[in-house]
Amino acid sequence: MSRRLETGGLFIDRNAPMGFTFDGKDRGGFGGDTLASALLACGQLVMGRSFKYHRQRGPVSCGAEEPNALVGLGEGGLFEPNARATITPLTEGLRAISQNRWPSLAFDIGAVNAKLSKFLPAGFYYKTFLWPRAFWKHVYEPAIRRSAGLGKPPSQPDADRYEQVNTAADVLIAGGGVAGLAAAMEAGRNGARVILMEQGPRWGGRALIDAPLTGETIDGQPAADWIEMAVDTLETMPNVTMRLHTQVSGVFDHGFALAEERCADAGPAPVRARLWRIRARRIVTAQGAIERPLAFAGNDVPGVMLAGAVRDYAVGYGVAVGERVVVVTAGDDGYRTAIALVEAGLAVPALLDVRRGATGPLVERAQALGIRIEEGRGIAHVSGGQSVTGVSICAQDGPGEVIEEIACDAVAMSGGWSPAVHLWSQAGGKLTWDEGAAMFRPDHARPPTGADGSGFVLPAGGSDGAASTEDALRSGAEAGRLAAEGGVPADLAPPQAAPMPQVWVMPRDAGLALREKMWLDFQNDVKVSDVELAAREGYRSVEHAKRYTTLGMATDQGKLSNIGGLATLGHALGEAIPQVGTTTFRPPWTPIILGSIAGSATGAQFQPVRRTPMQDWHDANGADYEPVGQWRRPYSYPREGEDREAAAQRETRAVREAVGLLDASTLGKIVVKGPDAGRFMDMIYTNMMSNLAVGRCRYGLICNDSGFLMDDGVVARLSEDTWLCHTTTGGAEHIHAHMEEWLQTEWWDWQVYTANLTEQFAQVVVAGPQARKLLDRLGGMDVSREAMPFMSWAEGSLHGFDARVFRISFSGEVSYEVSVRASEGAELWQALLEEGEDLGVTPYGTEAMHILRAEKGYVMIGEESDGTITPQDLNLGWAVSKKKADFIGKRGLTRSHLADPERPRLVGLRSLDGTVIEAGAQVVGPGVTPTGQNATEGRVTSSYHSPTFGHGIAMALIRRGPERLGETVEVTRIGGGRQKAVLVDPVLYDAKGDRLNG
Amino acid sequence: MLILTCPYCGVAADETELSPGGEAHLHRAGPGSEDASVEAYLYHRSNPKGVHFERWRHAYGCGKWFHSARDTATNDVFGTYPAQVTETPQNILEAIAQRRPGWERPQ
Repeated sequence: MSRRLETGGLFIDRNAPMGFTFDGKDRGGFGGDTLASALLACGQLVMGRSFKYHRQRGPVSCGAEEPNALVGLGEGGLFEPNARATITPLTEGLRAISQNRWPSLAFDIGAVNAKLSKFLPAGFYYKTFLWPRAFWKHVYEPAIRRSAGLGKPPSQPDADRYEQVNTAADVLIAGGGVAGLAAAMEAGRNGARVILMEQGPRWGGRALIDAPLTGETIDGQPAADWIEMAVDTLETMPNVTMRLHTQVSGVFDHGFALAEERCADAGPAPVRARLWRIRARRIVTAQGAIERPLAFAGNDVPGVMLAGAVRDYAVGYGVAVGERVVVVTAGDDGYRTAIALVEAGLAVPALLDVRRGATGPLVERAQALGIRIEEGRGIAHVSGGQSVTGVSICAQDGPGEVIEEIACDAVAMSGGWSPAVHLWSQAGGKLTWDEGAAMFRPDHARPPTGADGSGFVLPAGGSDGAASTEDALRSGAEAGRLAAEGGVPADLAPPQAAPMPQVWVMPRDAGLALREKMWLDFQNDVKVSDVELAAREGYRSVEHAKRYTTLGMATDQGKLSNIGGLATLGHALGEAIPQVGTTTFRPPWTPIILGSIAGSATGAQFQPVRRTPMQDWHDANGADYEPVGQWRRPYSYPREGEDREAAAQRETRAVREAVGLLDASTLGKIVVKGPDAGRFMDMIYTNMMSNLAVGRCRYGLICNDSGFLMDDGVVARLSEDTWLCHTTTGGAEHIHAHMEEWLQTEWWDWQVYTANLTEQFAQVVVAGPQARKLLDRLGGMDVSREAMPFMSWAEGSLHGFDARVFRISFSGEVSYEVSVRASEGAELWQALLEEGEDLGVTPYGTEAMHILRAEKGYVMIGEESDGTITPQDLNLGWAVSKKKADFIGKRGLTRSHLADPERPRLVGLRSLDGTVIEAGAQVVGPGVTPTGQNATEGRVTSSYHSPTFGHGIAMALIRRGPERLGETVEVTRIGGGRQKAVLVDPVLYDAKGDRLNG
Repeated sequence: MLILTCPYCGVAADETELSPGGEAHLHRAGPGSEDASVEAYLYHRSNPKGVHFERWRHAYGCGKWFHSARDTATNDVFGTYPAQVTETPQNILEAIAQRRPGWERPQ
């Protein structure tokens, strides 16, 4: 059983006891512990269950690569699932729960899956549940969903706060071990602006634990002293920024990097995490290396751990993972662990070295300590269920005949180390296979390249394959110096890697019975036999085999399983490892919190809200808003006892019977000005705009060059060289951009300026039979029928406001749009309300505006049009010039498909029973489609209840619609069924225009 | 995230400041054009692995359209230049020739 040692523990403070709970039980640890080290110290070895077979799992690592020890932390709005216990700092009062088990961690119903493992091979999702089809939906899928999965998602919004920071650096260094510190010192001394980031809670990396075990020094000093000196030196450099608890999670194009700082990991902090967005000239990757597991039968039993982790727990945290630890190793590293354990007073019954004749200081030291070394040996299988009870040893070169059984309660395994090449690879750096060292390492000749084509990532230390502290120091310093100078990795000599035999399966000739118990991916339960099955079934590509078996798809993203998996695949396919290649390395390096990606952009800060000058009045008068782009427009203004729809009906009647006010400030207002402005307007609009008289208005359409309708609106000619273009609310920005694009990229020699003045003016629609009377009361301008006929505009002083008044209508009533400076919009609105009180003046929202325009048969961009609709489709061919030699969309409109008479065209639709047809309903056509479904011949684009007519009204695009007035068709209903409707003229209200012109 | 230098205002702009505009140096097929050339103008775009000419707008900066010559595989940027041209400027072609010897513009 794991326990706390009486003495030792470099990282813990035995004078700082801390209480926490695990699955509701009170536990204790020390300051400096991780959750995993504290649980191990309490004898809690099992920390999770695997994804597929629900096997009990203890931690296999002591770091960010951990696949097993995933827990839920906190409660309510502060709950976080899938936290890795191995890198979760222990804090007072921490509450942790285990995952993927029911009803408890010790007894789990889902573990029956393991007994069924013969029936759950690789790709079982794709094979097993094909028939009967209905069973998939009702039986298999719910069962799988209940039993699979890891942490539960939080049930409440994240109550923590996050922030983001943008910065730039000459040199960003990822990793604060010996190589990273050395790089920072060199780069710092060269005057570069340096950012040094370390994911863990302390500087120095592995050297703190590993160097003393072999008596290695750094620059002649003990490792701890050198690290302290380095940190002190760096802290005096004003050009160096240092951050602990911060992972560089991704490297992207042109030296862009993302890093996540877990501020709260260092103690109470105002923000939980901070996302750094860094633009770096050079990036040094010094993240070290990841130890590889060995594939032997039973390598997933709790108590089987990476050798490096076993000594980290012992030396760093004063924790014994077992009393008797068998070490099995493919290289020198297992010796370090054996030495550390013996020095900590624990028993190492045997050290199994797959090699023969290994020599060197570590071997000599182990021999001197009297450790029993078995050469050429491996583990045939591990005994034990909830924890290790023993191992059977065998010759590595053979099928696994058991030579001896050794009782033990833990196993330390070391299959060598893989450089952490993730950041190098993410941005496009290529790898090379080092056969002697059995590792993929960065190919310095093929780095990620920046804008100037030179490599901008320089690998250092263990990330570049360095095996010794001395080499890490040298390569770090060299990378730091080069980075500061803007050098490239081709000028950087790769460090010496340790020779390593390739041990992918233990024993080498293991039969199927053993290979079925050798785990490659611990979290996803992918075994050697699964990868071999995938190869037999034709999955030759490593990317396909990954997805078929789920190897490497766990939350550790293959940090432990990738190399073993692709070696197994290569062996099964008879291909060499470099031919198999690796799967793609994608950011993040380790998971980052979704909250830190959102930063402060949540709730009200999610995006800016644009407010009109009259918004305060809307707020104070009960406006029920709808979002229109970044604006919030009143949908209607419900009164006591009204819902939003009833309010819209009342507002519509008020416009028809008295006078209404609409806040139209959101409508786009683009000024086009210059000697060539007329010519330009004629290109932008489908109809003629150059011949519009000063003082007059004209409705116009804008198409793209394909011939599809983009926007519509009223254009007013302000002066000889100036036009004012009204656009839809949603169209202001992109129509302005559309104009600029053509002006800058096609007709750049034309003398035209455009300006988007949407927010500079407030605009109010005054519409209804009492509109003229109301404006007369305001006084100052002659708005009579004679002085200001329909489609004219005038400038003047209205009630003391400098105003432009446009006599235009989107309702079919006598209507004026009054435009004043934005700063005076609220006052104008107030004046109109006061002067019109006895006239029945009524503010109306967008829904009444929609009903009014639909009664009149006016189209709405985005309702009747959707990017595939032409002006002719909407019966607006009259607004498409036949005289102009050219305009944007002219040629496009003549394409055969757009000129097809069979196209759906705009028509009115009225249900036979007078009810409101559902907007978006399909108009059922004759016959069936080639796939046997009902054919359709159109769809309903707008539909409302009309208070003016007392029944539902709708607009629809129907094949040859205008030619079929009076015909009855069927339209679909949501949830099934159909209703009958008759095709009618879309212009229902005041077809002659008497009221409009009145 | 790319950095492209706006040739108008000189700002080395992050990609988030820019909006992309697709392939550069297209020729508009207006009224009177053959169907095939209209089709090509509206819909056919090259998608090379390697040197590519593309349009960008400094949308959250000076608002100007410009062109860039970029290697789509490596993100080498050979240069940026104003959009008010009908052909790639000579200095850009020279920069490409220097860094991609033997490169020829596909026909």
